[in-house]
Amino acid sequence: MENIFSGLELLARWDVILALLVGSIGGVIIGAIPGVGPAVAIAILLPATFSLDPIVGLTVLLGIYGSSMYGGAIPAVLINTPGTAVNALTSYDGYPMTKRGEAHRAVSLAYSASFWGGIFGILCLILLSPVLAWIAPMFGSREIFLAALLGIILVILAHRGQIFAAGLLAMFGIFLQTVGLDAVTYTQRYTFGYSFLSSGVNLIVVVLGLFALSQAFFLLTAPDSTPDAKPVSGRLGAGVKELLKHKRVASVASGFGVFLGMIPGTGEFTAQFMSYTYAQKTSKTPDEFGKGSPEGLIASEAANNAVPAAAMIPLLALGIPGEALTAMMLSVFYVHNVIPGPQLFQNNIDLVYGLYFALIALNVIVVIFLLFSTNLLTKVIRIPTRFLGVMILLLSFVGVYSLRNSLTDCMIATVFGVLGLILKRLNLPIVPIILGMVLGGIMEVKLRSALPRLKTPFDMIDRPIAAIIFALIILVFVIHARTLVKEWRAYKPDNDSKLQDTQMR
Amino acid sequence: MSRIKTLQSLFKRNRRPGDIVFAWAALCFSVFLLSQLADQTIWKNGGKLFAQPRFWPAVSLWGMVVFSAFHLIGAALSPRIHGRWSEVWLWVTSLEYAFWFIVYAAVVPYLGYLPTTIIFAMTLTLRVGYRSFTAITFAIASAIVIVLLFKTFLQVKLPAGRFYEYLPDGIRQIMLTYF
Repeated sequence: MENIFSGLELLARWDVILALLVGSIGGVIIGAIPGVGPAVAIAILLPATFSLDPIVGLTVLLGIYGSSMYGGAIPAVLINTPGTAVNALTSYDGYPMTKRGEAHRAVSLAYSASFWGGIFGILCLILLSPVLAWIAPMFGSREIFLAALLGIILVILAHRGQIFAAGLLAMFGIFLQTVGLDAVTYTQRYTFGYSFLSSGVNLIVVVLGLFALSQAFFLLTAPDSTPDAKPVSGRLGAGVKELLKHKRVASVASGFGVFLGMIPGTGEFTAQFMSYTYAQKTSKTPDEFGKGSPEGLIASEAANNAVPAAAMIPLLALGIPGEALTAMMLSVFYVHNVIPGPQLFQNNIDLVYGLYFALIALNVIVVIFLLFSTNLLTKVIRIPTRFLGVMILLLSFVGVYSLRNSLTDCMIATVFGVLGLILKRLNLPIVPIILGMVLGGIMEVKLRSALPRLKTPFDMIDRPIAAIIFALIILVFVIHARTLVKEWRAYKPDNDSKLQDTQMR
Repeated sequence: MSRIKTLQSLFKRNRRPGDIVFAWAALCFSVFLLSQLADQTIWKNGGKLFAQPRFWPAVSLWGMVVFSAFHLIGAALSPRIHGRWSEVWLWVTSLEYAFWFIVYAAVVPYLGYLPTTIIFAMTLTLRVGYRSFTAITFAIASAIVIVLLFKTFLQVKLPAGRFYEYLPDGIRQIMLTYF
């Protein structure tokens, strides 16, 4: 109880409240503009938050992370263009509603479902806290190594249809973090004699290049377009009542969001698809899905908004980020010498509770803000894309240059910007590079520190948690192999029947 | 035959034009890095395998080579998509904006953050095709807001321009500290 009060006390400061307002409202606006996602905003703001208190800096970033998906629903519903990538499924049912003249219903349903998902996620996080505080100290070096390894494997396998590319990029990420002076043996690795490579490749520089600069290049090289969103008329509170009729879908979808948000590498996309499929399968009107079904909209929005809180679980408890945004937040912890992981719950529990309350507050702020300013946001959406590209380029400079005032950093970020552009154009994932860098670093350090206590390789898994994680790794491979075999078998009759069809004709 | 076809189908992906160019480039880059392993990393005699400074570069680079080889096989087995070289040309054209960015970063320490940002915002807005007075005004206003937000308000670490040294006494200190 004492910790809860000290957590609340942390929030009762003018700078934290300001950070909360800036983060949550800024996040909604950023989310609402197609072409700027939370990743771009967080990457740009990251170095600026280093000079702030950990709770202030983290609140801004958390605000952007948690509220961007609220904003992203607006263009998804109104102009069939998701504001953030994770609002893709929202447009499936939201846009047909708009075409039927029910834009206000779709938007208000999206807000209500998002709020439900957001609060559900935070409640789970709060309820799980005692369990986390109990389990987290059982994680030693080998357990964290295995958990990071599981994270890498999941990140690769989660990119169905792009597994080889995801694997290549994750390995590239692991390689990038090895470049520079090895901290233990003091030997140079892949520096090619260049002094600027001795200090390694900075994660923030890579993040800014891959997320922010690449997005600027992407917008600047593409033809100009001006998204046109019409203002919404009607009562925006109507969705709350309708949501209450679909409590089951909203809760199960939020549950998917929480569960998948906790697992590194899976996140919003998988949660959305699973809950959408669930909602469709259990619906009385499954044919309505994709044509303006309120259940589909609720499933999608509740699931993706439950993820941010859940994604904080592996980050806070184990120091393992599950996706790119939490990976960026990890660097804020490190800069302030607050190391997330088992000790955080023992030494900085007030910070943890402070973050929980910040998450609750931001959901409330965002909903109130949206109820009054949705029509204002429809005007913001209309920023022409190339102009947006110019602005992102200007802002990226602050991010990269303020880090160390280094022109070399800008050049490295530019190289990653071009790489990010190529990956975006090819529809290949960027996240594996970032997670490869972060998780690769964790794996190297933890494996080294576990070594003195290992006599045989089997000692690696002789503790219960380590054995469970190892079993999970095996399970993931088995499930993946099973899916592949299933797909292979399922493809055969289809192929043959087509062949027979052609012979019959 | 169908079995081979299905095996092929496992490697096929929903691709975009230019994928095979990326696949070849990734493989060549990975192989080049792997070929430098002995040169660029050290093997410490007597140390355990997992603690060797060479261990993680070797693991990641072998991983890159294997994955990029499979990625290339996947790209080669999938039907060709037209527009490969126009896509590659688009990648090349992005270098122009990369150049703009580097020039901007190089000029800031000399001309100062505020003037460089205004000039850069204005010229780049013209370059990307906006000619209207409103667009230019918006660009300049946005540049000023960005400077005020980050340099004046948040006091982000950015160097003061050398040009500011030549300003009159009253303004110089304000410009050096806040803009």
